[in-house]
Amino acid sequence: MQIDTLSTVFGALADPTRRAILARLAAGDASVTQLSEPFPMSQPAISRHLKVLERAGLISRQRQATVRLSHLEAAPLRDATAWLARYREYWAESFERLDDLLVALQADGRSKGA
Amino acid sequence: MASLTITAPNGLPYVTIERDVEAPRELVFRCFTEPDLLAQWLGPRRYQMRVEAYEVRDGGRWRYVHLDDQGHEFGFHGVFHGPASPDGWVQTFEFDGAPGHVSLDTLTLEDLGGRTRIRTHSAFQSVTDRDAMVEAGMEMGVREGYERLDELVARLASEAS
Repeated sequence: MQIDTLSTVFGALADPTRRAILARLAAGDASVTQLSEPFPMSQPAISRHLKVLERAGLISRQRQATVRLSHLEAAPLRDATAWLARYREYWAESFERLDDLLVALQADGRSKGA
Repeated sequence: MASLTITAPNGLPYVTIERDVEAPRELVFRCFTEPDLLAQWLGPRRYQMRVEAYEVRDGGRWRYVHLDDQGHEFGFHGVFHGPASPDGWVQTFEFDGAPGHVSLDTLTLEDLGGRTRIRTHSAFQSVTDRDAMVEAGMEMGVREGYERLDELVARLASEAS
């Protein structure tokens, strides 16, 4: 995933309403009316959130009869969360490598009589 | 094996990482501040590391890039603030993918008599920023706002398998 895409995904995920919308869509496609129900906000406000999610590639929208259904697009979310999940792994592995480097540097220092 | 502690207090935009290593403090300091040494340990092994700038002085820039085997680049950059010594130093930290979202990192090296305790304290601009940076892999604390996302990710993972 390109950095600019990842940034857009992070921005889209930063809002709790948008995360809740994604969680709802994981259960199946839904209309704006259905998505608005759990929230104390207007349908236009929800529509604005949907636009942000659509721009980030996290959802797609398709007209079916008279309603427009939102559909979760899993791939960008999977990529973004995979990067986030690496935070702990990142530091754990870095420090293991630091251990190895420190052992090598100290062995080197001893062999030189430092 | 030395244990890694990651702490993210509820409602506060901080993350603290602690880890002890079996080496004197001066040597640990060199591994953090000399670019050719830094490149040998920072980041997962599967990434290549390119240090593009590392000016350890007040106002000095740093920038490094992790490259994966598919050509993706994850760049990070910042500025050093104040003097750097084996006691510690201060630097900003910013991911290229989230410009303007900056953490202020204070690193300290505690002399434990031949061993060294490394402590990194990161202050983010908001709890949301912190959680966006570190959300999924944390040991504690930051999960409550992301419970729905956790469920979602678990569901997506089970779909994919």
